[in-house]
Amino acid sequence: MAQSAPQAGEHGDHSGTGTPSAQQPAAIVFSDAAVSRGDHVIWSHGTFSIPRGSVTAIVGTNGAGKTTMMKTELGLLPLAHGSVDVLGEPAGKSNKRIGYVPQSYTSDIDSNLTAEQSVLLGLTGTRFGFHITTKAQRSRAREAMDFVGVADKASYRLSQLSGGLRQRVAIAQALVSDPELLMLDEPLANLDLASQRATVHVLARLNHELGMTIQVVAHDLNMLLPILTGAVYLLDGHPHYAAMNDVLDANLLTHLYGTTVQVVTTPQGDMFVTPSADEPADIEQDTHAPVEVAQFHHHGHQHHQQDAPAAAQPAERS
Amino acid sequence: MIHMSDIDFSFDPQWAQTLSMPFMHNAFIAGLCIAVAAGAMGYFTIARHSTFAAHALAHIGLPGATGAVLLGLPVSFGLGVFALAGALVIGALGKRASQREIATGTVLAFATGLGLFFARLSSSASQQMQSILFGSILTITDDQVIGFALFDILLVIVLAVVYRPLLFSSLDEQVAQAKGVPIGLMNVLFMAIMAGVITIAVPAVGTLLIFALVVTPAATANIVASSPLKAMCTASVLCLVSIWGGLVLSAMFPAPPSFIIVTLSTLFWGVARAISALRATNA
Repeated sequence: MAQSAPQAGEHGDHSGTGTPSAQQPAAIVFSDAAVSRGDHVIWSHGTFSIPRGSVTAIVGTNGAGKTTMMKTELGLLPLAHGSVDVLGEPAGKSNKRIGYVPQSYTSDIDSNLTAEQSVLLGLTGTRFGFHITTKAQRSRAREAMDFVGVADKASYRLSQLSGGLRQRVAIAQALVSDPELLMLDEPLANLDLASQRATVHVLARLNHELGMTIQVVAHDLNMLLPILTGAVYLLDGHPHYAAMNDVLDANLLTHLYGTTVQVVTTPQGDMFVTPSADEPADIEQDTHAPVEVAQFHHHGHQHHQQDAPAAAQPAERS
Repeated sequence: MIHMSDIDFSFDPQWAQTLSMPFMHNAFIAGLCIAVAAGAMGYFTIARHSTFAAHALAHIGLPGATGAVLLGLPVSFGLGVFALAGALVIGALGKRASQREIATGTVLAFATGLGLFFARLSSSASQQMQSILFGSILTITDDQVIGFALFDILLVIVLAVVYRPLLFSSLDEQVAQAKGVPIGLMNVLFMAIMAGVITIAVPAVGTLLIFALVVTPAATANIVASSPLKAMCTASVLCLVSIWGGLVLSAMFPAPPSFIIVTLSTLFWGVARAISALRATNA
């Protein structure tokens, strides 16, 4: 789609995006990053890098700081410590090359904007001054809507569309400016199964056909498993990145979700994550001590002492 | 005890002459200016979920208006200063603040009470209280009309410049912010313009009925029109028809213009709602 279109030259500074990913620096680099709200450290000691062309999930329990992480990468929340580089620049500097679809996007819309007008704002919404929408801009909006499969809904108002279709319009709005990185916060929440599948299918095509780097905040990994190359998991107050095979460990996931979890591999090779059926209802979950948790993940040993207070926090809350 | 025979609701055959009087001339031009401003800003007020904040701004302006009378200053001046100050505070607190209904409502009630207190301190303010609360479009002066027209020109220029970023931040503040729209500036600017619109609309319908002039036509337009620009134009036309219709009908029948303006505005909205509901059930 528009990624290869001539008008993509608008962002001339990154015209080399098509080169092999081996030549490129990582898409997202965390260096000892920490975020706090007031005195409360949300997470700390985040040191990892996510390669370009990957599809990554950010996973963790409620309140672990998943959305916070995405906002940090967009430079919308300040870091308390360390640094986060995105697409080779400090967080927030590269936002023009990022498509962002927040969680609340699809709810609570009573504006009379049509799908097409909404998508066009992804292209023209930051421009001050008087502008007429050009044919080229319209055709780019059309391409983006085509890609996500909502072109036939272009003249529908957002309020007339189902949650799944609004979600895809939101993705089209994020795509229309030809981003190198697409960030979606809980894109599958509140969608029915068919809409979830359609959204995942769009993400898969963006990654395979355009080589787009994708990051998704997700509650439920199952729907995304076929396309994920890795995951950032927020455990005991620290973010970690791991390739997919390492993440899909029942012990790790059990602690990640704070409830007993099994990883099932079908004879066809498909894997899925499932809560154990025989879980006692009254048992206290997530009972690990920080020392026990150390075996589930690997972070630099040089800051273990600093870890201790922060590591204790999630355990206290659970 | 009022007997029905005491109420005179007869048609006035001299209505055409009434309409040709100089104060009517001013009222019609003022109505046009108010319609342009209210139609354009009404759309954004709804898109930004700030209808209640807009309503509250008019009431925050009330003590300014009665206070100005107390000090011998123009009503519009006091109203404008108080509304602007309120707007800047609400705007600085962010878009979410305009949705804080309890805080807004409490401030609204307090401001109305303060307005009453100021009004009671002087007999002239007390006399003007009714026209501030319910409007007095027939007493608009030449100077006010010039002020309204200048405000409209400024409003159209500013809106043309900030149109897309303002629309983008109204649709989704987080995405707009991530893409580099200065959402703080958009909030303050929106509320400041809103204060201006209220300042010029209050003389027509008063602080109590302003909702029907700024928000209701925009809501009707949102049902009818399918793009922001069309909706703004439609809202302006509906607003204009309500005001001019109010002036003409109040010349024909002994009813205050404010009442007829608000009635027409509400009627249009009701009809649009009914038709769209009928279409929805038939579809």
